[in-house]
Formats: sequence, C-alpha cells, structure tokens
Amino acid sequence: MTYVPLPSQTVGPFFSIGLSALCREQIEFESGEGKRVVIRGRVLDGDGQPVPDALLEIWQADEATRVSVAEDADGRREKIPAGFGRIATNERGEFRFSTIKPASRRDENKLMHAPHLAVVVLMRGLLRHLLTRVYFAGEAANNEDAVLKLVPPERRRTLLAEPADESASELSWDIHLQGERETVFFEA
Amino acid sequence: MAKLPVFVKVIAGTQPEYLHPDYRSSVKRAPTRPLVLLPHSLSERTGPVFGQDCVRATDGDLTAQHAGAPLGERIAVCGRLLDEGGRPVRGALIEVWQANAAGRYLHKMDQHNAPLDPNFSGCGRTLTDADGRYQFLTIKPGAYPWGNHANAWRPAHIHFSIFGDGLLSRLVTQMYFPGDPLLALDPIYNCVSDEKAKQRLISSFDLATTTPEFALGYRFDIVLRGRDATLMEK
Repeated sequence: MTYVPLPSQTVGPFFSIGLSALCREQIEFESGEGKRVVIRGRVLDGDGQPVPDALLEIWQADEATRVSVAEDADGRREKIPAGFGRIATNERGEFRFSTIKPASRRDENKLMHAPHLAVVVLMRGLLRHLLTRVYFAGEAANNEDAVLKLVPPERRRTLLAEPADESASELSWDIHLQGERETVFFEA
Repeated sequence: MAKLPVFVKVIAGTQPEYLHPDYRSSVKRAPTRPLVLLPHSLSERTGPVFGQDCVRATDGDLTAQHAGAPLGERIAVCGRLLDEGGRPVRGALIEVWQANAAGRYLHKMDQHNAPLDPNFSGCGRTLTDADGRYQFLTIKPGAYPWGNHANAWRPAHIHFSIFGDGLLSRLVTQMYFPGDPLLALDPIYNCVSDEKAKQRLISSFDLATTTPEFALGYRFDIVLRGRDATLMEK
C-alpha cells in the first residue's frame, strides 16, 4: 500500500508569523571548525524586480549531520539543528547568511560531490517550493561533480557563488526565477 | 548506521505545476525552463533534525498565548503524519500560522479592513509523537479578500510547514475546512489537477476530536514523501 503525498500549497505572503521564530542566518555545526564564509545575494522575479517576501532554507549535509540523522531514534537533543539555516529576504529582495564551507567528498558509488549547499526556495507565487544548490566558483572539484555534470554547461554558472569583491570576504549568489539568467532548479 | 530513506517520484497531477495562470503571482515567479532531474544524494536524503528544545509544551495551544482568550470558534486540529509506506513520522516539527476569526493576519502587510485580536497571534509549533500524532488548539480562521481577481476571497485555511525525514520530505501546505463554498472559487486550492489529491487538503469534522462543552474537532492527516515500503524491499 502506497500513500500519496499531500499536495503542496504556497507559503503565502504572511509566513513570518509562523516561520520567523526558527530563522537563523548563521549556520552552525557541532565541531565549529573550518572556514566560515558569507554568501549574499538577491531574489529576482521575471521582470527583474526584487522579491521582498521570499524565504530560503539552507541545508548542508556533512558527516556531522549524517550522524545526527543516524541517531534519530531517541537522540534528537540539539537546540539548533546542525547544518540548517532559514533566511527571509528583506524589502529589497536581499538575503545574507554565513556557514562553514563544506568539504568535497566521494560517495559510496565513488561519485564526486563538490562542496555545495542545498537550498529550498519558498514564496508567495510558488505553489511548490523550488530546490536548487549553491556551489563555490573556482573549486577544482566542480569539474567532476556528479550533479553539475547533469546541468547544461551554459547554465552551470547560475549555481556558482562568486567572490563579491576583491577581498573575497563575501560571496555573491543571486536567484533569478526567470529570464536570461534563470537559476537552475531541480526536480528530485 | 541508519538506512537513508528511499524516495519515489511524484505522481503526475498530485502536486501543483509551478505555473498556474489563474493564480496571478505564479506568472512572474514560476520557473520557465525545464527542471534538472536530481539523483538523490546525501544532501537530499538527509535533513535538519529539530528536537524538543525547538518547541515548548505551550506552543501547540494558540488560544493561550495572551492574557485573555481569543475571539472565535475554538477548535482542536489533530491528525497523523505518515510516510508513503503508511508508517508514522515521529518527532517531526510542524509549524502552523493563520488569520484570526475575522480573517486578519497579525502582519504589517495585511491591509484587510477587519479587526486584529489582541489575544491572538496565530502562530503554533509542535513535534509529532511516537505514533506520528500531532494536535493544535486554536480558533477557526476567517475567510479574507485578496487581490488576485475581482471579488476574490481565500477560503478559511491554516498554513502548515513540516520537516520529515530528509529534505525531500519537506512540505509546506494549507489545511482547509469541509463544506466551504469558497473552495470551488479558489485558484490556490484548485491548482492541483488530481481531484482526490486535492480533496485531501480539506480537513474532516471529527466528533471524536471534539471536546464536549469546549471545542469542535477537525482531523487532518498528512502524508509526506519518503520511505516507500515497496521500494525499500527491492
């Protein structure tokens, strides 16, 4: 017997009432070690207008978070789930968050996974959330990444966070919902 | 190590398409290019694990967050959270938000000319128990007008946000009430083409959930993607 999943409905314009309590712009990990990076950008609609009512959820699955899932029978004690961030865009459609840059890894099938973050995009106008990824520009492992290889070469750039300025202290990544530079979204 | 969940594909028509022109906001926000099919890696099979520390015992009672009781029809909303194999999803975080009994949200962007209720914020959170059960105590939200088309009204609804086991189980949806004449006119409810799937968005009145002399009861069971039994065995 297979049960059919319930349909999605839009998060609507007033989600901050229910969802802002668990918003966090700094993604934490159990070890706290590694290089912290800031990623910022804007969400833009089909007219190139900023989206002031979008919500991003970042999920970064590393070895530490894998362990916490494995212990989920009775081990759910974390105050803040490791590897998770939730960020609402401001009135100018901007978002900003920080995380510890993940490492590249090979999975059990020897496939390469370059450093990346999974991103869930929710907003009024989206009847289902969108799923995308952020990769890091200039990362050697990107050329071998099992998922980037599935993306048409001319569109891969939409998934890359690039240095926002010369000091490269912050990375820039925009989400284009439509248009010439439409971000790659995934069906999973 | 625990087994990672196995997922099945979405059945056509049981989830909305991104572009649904009757819902005007989707026109400039729905992606226009084909989605890239993503094999399920660690990033999709795992997800954040929320614990008891994220939820206080009182968060499930939306009628007890202020000095006085909110106005409106007091209701209990309860149900079970299941996966595609019909198994309970335990310890899952459910967040809800809603308008007050007059159809007004406690939000600066809500300009509907209806009164705010000083005793109602409209926000709740809970974790499912060992059988996948959850319960909220709240008041029945009111319908309200919106700008989608001339004389457009949203049917009464409660927003639900749910984290199951893994990112692919993530679900944000809305719960409706049985017998609401506005459902037939609502482009958001009607974005789902499969009639049976769509009707599961409507809660059912449940006498067993009703508390005599106190509150009416509605039942709303939720099935998430993930962990299909037949696929696990293959």
